[in-house]
Amino acid sequence: MKVEISTEKMHAGFLMKLKGDVDMNTSPDVRSTLSDVFKQATPGAKALFIDLSQVRYMDSSGIATMVEAMQTCMKQGMRLRLVELSPSVRDVFELARLASVFEIFPSLTEASAGL
Amino acid sequence: MTTERRAQGGGVMTLTVPSHPKFLYVIRSALYPIIIDSGFSKKDARKIILAVDEACSNIIKYAYEGDPAKSITLVVTADAGRIAIQLKDLGKKTDPSKIAPRKLEDVRPGGLGTHFMGAVFDTVRYDTEQDQGTVLTLVKEKR
Repeated sequence: MKVEISTEKMHAGFLMKLKGDVDMNTSPDVRSTLSDVFKQATPGAKALFIDLSQVRYMDSSGIATMVEAMQTCMKQGMRLRLVELSPSVRDVFELARLASVFEIFPSLTEASAGL
Repeated sequence: MTTERRAQGGGVMTLTVPSHPKFLYVIRSALYPIIIDSGFSKKDARKIILAVDEACSNIIKYAYEGDPAKSITLVVTADAGRIAIQLKDLGKKTDPSKIAPRKLEDVRPGGLGTHFMGAVFDTVRYDTEQDQGTVLTLVKEKR
């Protein structure tokens, strides 16, 4: 099972959209794309938005990838904002008790506000 | 990859998959309808699948040390309101005394799989008595 990854530059930074399963098999692809995004990020970039609405499944390797992304964002002076968690992603965040650690928004419009 | 279903009480399914991460989705796909048929909610089914998936990932990472040419066998016994899953590997034996979930307030990548198994299942038991490998038994009762 593959994960489809798309990225686009936005006014406030970058938007990454994930579709499919983010697991032990596909997390390295997500991590590699994130690395490319961080290389492209200019000092003016304010945030990285990750749209998780189409993620059918996420495991702890996916969570680890999100934690790493958050840590890199902090180092680069950016915000990591997670957008529209699918039910499976919500479950894993709930079990890992990480919902309060990340900035999570119901839509991209709301995630982009105030930046 | 082999599957075998045989009638025995509420139903027993045996599934053997190669120890490559690309086959984890096969396990997830096979388990979902069985868990739902046992009367668990969709949310419970997603959590059970997550915990089994983490257990399989740990077998790949630690018992087989990433070797994709080995195999993992699942024996799933499903009854109304109860599901028991045995995961069998022939790799490096698990040392249960060294398995501990990390503190959740310590936000860092990794170490969550064991926490998920303990949080989701009523029983998590490692058996290393056989000559080779480990048998991990996971049991969940519907509440």
